[in-house]
Amino acid sequence: MTTPDSEVVADQRPAGDGDALLEVRGLRKHFPVTRGALVKRQVGAVKAVDGVDFAVRPGETLGLVGESGCGKTTTGRMITRLLEPSDGQIVFEGQDITHVSQGRMRPLRRDLQMIFQDPYSSLNPRKTVGSIIGAPFRLQGIETENGVKRAVQDLLEVVGLNPEHYNRYPHEFSGGQRQRIGIARTLALRPKLIVADEPVSALDVSIQAQVVNLLEDLQEEFNLTYIVIAHDLSVVRHISDRVGVMYLGKLVEMSDATNLYDSPMHPYTVALLSAVPIPDPAKRKGRERVRLQGDVPSPLNPPPACRFHTRCWKAQEICGKVEPPLVEVVPGHRVACHFPENAPEGAGEKVTKAAEQADLA
Amino acid sequence: MTEDQTTDKTAEPASAAAPKSFLDVRDLRIHFPTDDGLVKSVDGLSFQLERGRTLGIVGESGSGKSVTSLGLLGLHNRRNARVSGEIWLDGQEVVGSSPEQVRRLRGRKMAMIFQDPLSSMHPLYTVGAQIIEAYRIHNDVSKEVARKHAIDMLGRVGIPQPDKRVDDYPHQFSGGMRQRAMIAMALSCDPELLIADEPTTALDVTVQAQILDLIRDLQDEFNSAVIMITHDLGVVAELSDDILVMYGGRCVEYGSAEDIFHRPEHPYTWGLLGSMPRLDRDRSERLIPIKGSPPSLINVPAGCAFSPRCAYSELNEGRSETERPELREVAPGHRVACHLGREDRRRIWNEEIRPKL
Repeated sequence: MTTPDSEVVADQRPAGDGDALLEVRGLRKHFPVTRGALVKRQVGAVKAVDGVDFAVRPGETLGLVGESGCGKTTTGRMITRLLEPSDGQIVFEGQDITHVSQGRMRPLRRDLQMIFQDPYSSLNPRKTVGSIIGAPFRLQGIETENGVKRAVQDLLEVVGLNPEHYNRYPHEFSGGQRQRIGIARTLALRPKLIVADEPVSALDVSIQAQVVNLLEDLQEEFNLTYIVIAHDLSVVRHISDRVGVMYLGKLVEMSDATNLYDSPMHPYTVALLSAVPIPDPAKRKGRERVRLQGDVPSPLNPPPACRFHTRCWKAQEICGKVEPPLVEVVPGHRVACHFPENAPEGAGEKVTKAAEQADLA
Repeated sequence: MTEDQTTDKTAEPASAAAPKSFLDVRDLRIHFPTDDGLVKSVDGLSFQLERGRTLGIVGESGSGKSVTSLGLLGLHNRRNARVSGEIWLDGQEVVGSSPEQVRRLRGRKMAMIFQDPLSSMHPLYTVGAQIIEAYRIHNDVSKEVARKHAIDMLGRVGIPQPDKRVDDYPHQFSGGMRQRAMIAMALSCDPELLIADEPTTALDVTVQAQILDLIRDLQDEFNSAVIMITHDLGVVAELSDDILVMYGGRCVEYGSAEDIFHRPEHPYTWGLLGSMPRLDRDRSERLIPIKGSPPSLINVPAGCAFSPRCAYSELNEGRSETERPELREVAPGHRVACHLGREDRRRIWNEEIRPKL
C-alpha cells in the first residue's frame, strides 16, 4: 500500500495526539463581487463563511445543518481544499493545511475525502464503474495486492453492489446505486475523514435509509470520521454525534445531537426545529410553531452584530449592536445568543460578557 | 390514437352517470409507448375528492404521481400519451373533452403549483405580466383591473410591497417568493381544484413551513379541493385529510391520514414509515429500509409490483408473484391492495413494525 510519496508525508506529521482529527479556526470565505469589463473593481464580497470554529474528534460524526446559503457547503469544500479559504486555519492531524499547494495536498487526499450530493453529475458518464472507482489507486500510484481490479471489486461488495458491475457505465444504475459507487470511490484509499455533502438528499425515502445505514456500517467497519452536511434535520439527528447549526456564514449553536434537539438554545435552532413537518397527523393540532418572517438576508450585506436579529422574536437593542460569540454555556453546548432559550440562569449574560471581553481585546 | 378514444368517450357520457363527488377519477390509465416498450406510468387509478378536502398522493420517483397530476390537467403530450379512463370534474368529463375545452377548465376550475418555480415561470416577462395574462384569459377585464387583481393576489400570498414587486422579473425573487408568486398565479382565478406537485421540495424548512401554512389558509378561504403530491410523509401528514400511496403506477393503499399513519396495512407503507428518521420519536439505532429499488415502469413485476421488495411475500403461497392484488376496502374509507390476510397484516403491524418505529 505504501509509496515513497506517503512516507515523506508521514514523516511530516507529528504523532497524532488523539485530541482532534480536524480543527477549524476562524475560517472565512469571501467571494469577491466585481464590476467592470476591462478593469475589474471589487464592489463587495459575498461572505459565504465568516468566521467558523470547530473541531472534529476521531471516530465521531459531526453534522452541519442550516438553510441554503448559510455556508455549510462552502465550509465542507474548504476543509477538503476544493476552495481556497480567505482567512483562518484548517489543521488536519496537527498539520496546517490551510494554504498547502495542490501538489503537497495530493498525498493528503488519501486521508481526506468527499461524498458529493448529486449522484448523477459526480460520476463521469463515459467511464466504467471500474475505472471510476479505480481512479484513486491510479492517481495515488498505489499498488494493491491482487491488482486494482480485485480491489475495486472488493469495494463494490463493501458498498452492497455486485462485483460483476465492474464494466458497466453509470447510466445503467439507479440513483441509490450511483451514490453507492460514489461512496466506494471515496472509500478506496481508506480515508480517515470523509466530508459528505448532502449524501442522501437526491435519493428516494426508501433508498435514503439504505444509504444512511451503509454510511453507519462503514463508519464502524473502517473507523471513519464524518462531517455530514445536510439540510434535513431528521437525517442529521439520526446520523450525528454532534451537530452544528449555521446561519449566514456563522455557527450559531453547536452541541451533541441529543442536547441540541431536546433543548435547542439559539432562537434560530428553535425555529428551524419547529418548522420540520412531523409525520403524525395526530400531532397536527396544538402544535406551536415558530413562524419566521421573510427570507434569509443576503450574505452580500448581512445584518450587523447578531445576524439573526432581523428575524428573531427575542431580539433587543443589544442584538443589533454587539455580536454574540459562540460560548460554552453548558458543558458541551455552545451557543451564540444574548438571550438563549432553554438555557440555565445567566447563560445570556455569559455570552454578552464574552462579547465585551472580545471587544476589549 | 387518442382521437379514437376521445370519440368513444364523448359518445357515452350519459351512461357513466354524473358522479356525486366534486372530482371523480375512474380507472385512469396513462401509458407512453416508447422504443423499449410500453411505459405504464399510471395503470388504473381511481379516487374521489370533495371541495375543501386535501388528498395527499405519496410515492417514490417513478411511481406515477406526477404523471397523474399532468393527466388531471390535460397537460400530457397528446401525441405520445395514451390516456384512458374518466376524470369527472364538477360534473364535466375531462379525458374525453377537446383540448380547447380542457384549456378553458385549466386555470379557472383547476390550477397547478409546480415544483420548480424558476423553470415554470417565464424569465423574460415580469411576474405581474404573467399573473395578469392568466387572469385576463379567463376574465374579460381591462389591463388596469387585472393589474390591481395581480397586486392583490401577491399581497394575499404574503409578498411584501406587492405594488412594487409586481413589476419584478422572476429572477429578482428568492426561491420562497417565487413559489408564493406561483401560488398567486395559480389562485388568480379562484380555482376549485388546486394541484400542488412537490410544492416545497426545492425550499428550505422554514420557508416550507410558511408555504404549507399559506396553502392551508388559502384553502380555508376559497374552499377549494387540494391534491398534494409529494414524497415527504411529513408534509402529507401536516396537510392531508386523505392519503393515497402509489407504487408502480397503481394505488396500493388509500385511507384517512390517521389510517395511513396509525393503522397502515400495506408492507410498502410500513417500509416508507420505517425508512424515515423522525424528530418526534427517540432516536432509533437503525432505520429499516426497503430492500432493492423501485421498479422500472416498463417491466413492472408480475403479480404484486411490490413483491420483489416485500419482506412478507412468501407468506402468500406464491400468489404475490402471479396474481395482482386488487384494491379492497378493509375498513370504511380504508382500501389496501395486498394478498396478506387481514389478521396477518394487523399482527405484523402491531407486533413487528410499530414497536420499531
